[in-house]
Amino acid sequence: MSESTVADTRRLNSKPQDLTDAYGPPSNFLEIDVYDPQTIGVGRNRFTTYEVRMRTNLPIFKLKESCVRRRYSDFEWLKNELERDSKIVVPPLPGKALKRQLPFRGDEGIFEESFIEERRVGLEQFINRIAGHPLAQNERCLHMFLQEESIDRNYIPGKMLLQD
Amino acid sequence: MSFFSFGQSAEIDIVLNDGETRKKVEHKTEDGKKEKYFLFYDGETVSGKVNITLKNPGKRLEHQGIKIEFIGQIELYYDRGNHHEFVSLVKDLARPGEMTQSQTFDFEFTHVEKPYESYTGQNVKLRYFLRATVSRRLNDISKEMDIVVHTLSTYPELNSSIKMEVGIEDCLHIEFEYNKSKYHLKDVIVGKIYFLLVRIKIKHMEIDIIKRETTGTGPNVYHENDTIAKYEIMDGAPVRGESIPIRLFLAGYEMTPTMRDINKKFSVRYYLNLVLIDEEERRYFKQQEITLWRKGDVVRKSMSHQAAIASLRFEGSAGAEKALAQTREDSH
Repeated sequence: MSESTVADTRRLNSKPQDLTDAYGPPSNFLEIDVYDPQTIGVGRNRFTTYEVRMRTNLPIFKLKESCVRRRYSDFEWLKNELERDSKIVVPPLPGKALKRQLPFRGDEGIFEESFIEERRVGLEQFINRIAGHPLAQNERCLHMFLQEESIDRNYIPGKMLLQD
Repeated sequence: MSFFSFGQSAEIDIVLNDGETRKKVEHKTEDGKKEKYFLFYDGETVSGKVNITLKNPGKRLEHQGIKIEFIGQIELYYDRGNHHEFVSLVKDLARPGEMTQSQTFDFEFTHVEKPYESYTGQNVKLRYFLRATVSRRLNDISKEMDIVVHTLSTYPELNSSIKMEVGIEDCLHIEFEYNKSKYHLKDVIVGKIYFLLVRIKIKHMEIDIIKRETTGTGPNVYHENDTIAKYEIMDGAPVRGESIPIRLFLAGYEMTPTMRDINKKFSVRYYLNLVLIDEEERRYFKQQEITLWRKGDVVRKSMSHQAAIASLRFEGSAGAEKALAQTREDSH
């Protein structure tokens, strides 16, 4: 006569989910688009800027919608700030393309359309990965990059305090 | 082994008295293979015979003594020279002399203490074995026979559930619960994960069982972590208020009981690691130790005492009395 008991595998009790929670909008909405590249200036003083548009419902961001213009060196600045101040492993930026900036090229160098498109995609991936990181969201440099008209390179680095 | 072909040599064979009836279990060897060994428990007697067969019949075998040892030892792989023996028993089988023909010697180690479970790990091994030795001037002849020891426990009196709220400030708050803190090796982990706040984009969630083998002491402590199991419990993005059930059957995984500070030489501990992965492959995790123990097999128990008494009325007295005596023995 065996004493084999079937293990009790019933689920633990849990509160039923509130329907407004179940069917309400998710609280993790964060979308950033990098688009509309524009090359500004003439001759050797040209540079390309991109529009960085952000939509979110995360409370840590002061503005739920923002739209700013940024160039490649601004992204580099953000990467450096985060590498210095935060503990996160910052993802790579698309390449600097120094070769493309040398003279005597057959094409437009860094203003070549295909190159700009490639760079735009890389920058979009970069900023989305950073902005979704809980530790990066604490850094003031990220908020300034995304939501302030221009980047003040003389700012005081630091952490964000949550606004209610 | 012997360079001199005109010498006498012998083969040693160790046979257990209960070799026909005793159970064998599979146990991993150091090189990862699985072999079967006789299973013993703490307090059981180890008895048998040592057969010594002379290789060249007619020639004499001179020896300095024949003995058999029962040894329990811990071997650290990085320090092979030093075996730490925690059980060492010896029985002399023959005084120095000579053997003219093959012989058999009886031995018995009565009610041997076997305090720890046999374990073969990544950096340490605990084993029990019989070793019969024919001592000689130049080189001894010996034979070892490994056995496996299991340590049994009963249902713990106190077995509280594990319930905790963890998270990242304002990003992710969860409450996890596991129904027990102590599980036997064929148990089921029943639990749930309740999402209080979700502001990250979760892709899926899994629960891992991690085995941590710790060897060494003081500044030389070394932890070897091994993920024994990975079990996905959720696929997709949860929202606030959702409750995800967990049901993880332990019998499918190769695990040992939790071993804490065995003879002050090593530990083997188990952890449940709850892992959440977001859309950018970032991992958020919470590790929690659980205690594993080995339950005795049901076969050792026969009928209950009441049933044994009842059968006295119906069966012949001999069979029923034996059953009754058996239950009295079991309850001690």
